[in-house]
Amino acid sequence: MAKIIVVTSGKGGVGKTTSSAAISAGLAMRGFKTVVIDFDVGLRNLDMIMGCERRVVFDFINVIQGDAKLKQALIKDRRLENLFILPTSQTRDKDALTRDGVEKILNELREEFDYIICDSPAGIERGAHLAMYYADEAIVVTNPEVSSVRDSDRVLGLLNSKTYLAEKGGDNTVRSHLLLTRYDTQRVARGEMMTVEDVLEILAIPLLGIIPESSTVLRASNVGMPVVLDEKSGAGKAYEDAVSRLMGDQIEMRLDSGERPGFFQRLLGRTA
Amino acid sequence: MFGFMLRPRKANTAQTAKERLQILLAHERSDTSNADFLPLLQRDIMEVIRRHMKIDKDSVDIKLERGDEFSSLEINIELPSSQKTPVQN
Repeated sequence: MAKIIVVTSGKGGVGKTTSSAAISAGLAMRGFKTVVIDFDVGLRNLDMIMGCERRVVFDFINVIQGDAKLKQALIKDRRLENLFILPTSQTRDKDALTRDGVEKILNELREEFDYIICDSPAGIERGAHLAMYYADEAIVVTNPEVSSVRDSDRVLGLLNSKTYLAEKGGDNTVRSHLLLTRYDTQRVARGEMMTVEDVLEILAIPLLGIIPESSTVLRASNVGMPVVLDEKSGAGKAYEDAVSRLMGDQIEMRLDSGERPGFFQRLLGRTA
Repeated sequence: MFGFMLRPRKANTAQTAKERLQILLAHERSDTSNADFLPLLQRDIMEVIRRHMKIDKDSVDIKLERGDEFSSLEINIELPSSQKTPVQN
């Protein structure tokens, strides 16, 4: 039975799609059969980040509306055996997403996959709501910056109240993890950017990873490759570590840029 | 030469960011309906006052100041000049 993980943030531009692509590729590299779904109806971008934009024929909405079979809409990644992409519609409107439709497709995917990654749109409206609704776990992508942290806090509130698991009211709740992205150690050292500890203190959820601000992220998106496939990239390594932690491994927080490793070692105790 | 070595500590804006967030989120988490109640409060206050005197729609001013220790709600009502007659009941 697959695990459904939503990648969400509230705020736009913090790295949800980059993280969805990197984490699903990381899971597939480990041999898990993984599908990543774009929930951003009308503003499709996961296909670009994954480099399969020219192979989109049918999409998520076509499948919901019965115009195509799920198998026809799934795009198999050319680099990783176990990775599939379910693109969304670029032309339809958000209302094309329905709770029943989403549930039906997720149930179908659950039969076949180990991991289902839901790439949420920004905001807290329909698309974002449905992306998180059936999630078992959530990765809350946050930048160390006031508006992003505030929006993440709001999203955490929604994960605890407006999801299937929350509404069902059992012992199972959505397990949320913090993924801190665009982290710049030099700016942190200068006191210009909140530290990972500051953000953890405010949001109070386990830390999945710290992705350093890195030019390799833009380079990877330029060519349509999940950054985790770039072996030389510090951000890619940080995503690999995040995937390991998602599997439950205890690994030390490190930043590839190498500054002040002792500082991050201290965080070890706080990881999930 | 000497003074420059001791680079003056720049204002730590990250600390300010953290403190602002802590104060704001403490409020946002506790107010279930957030600040949405303010327009309703304004409407209710208007209603009560209108029972006793004629006031203008724009004469009620509500301000909420969220603080670390406590918050204050300031309600300013501009009353009509005394020459005007009270509303007949």
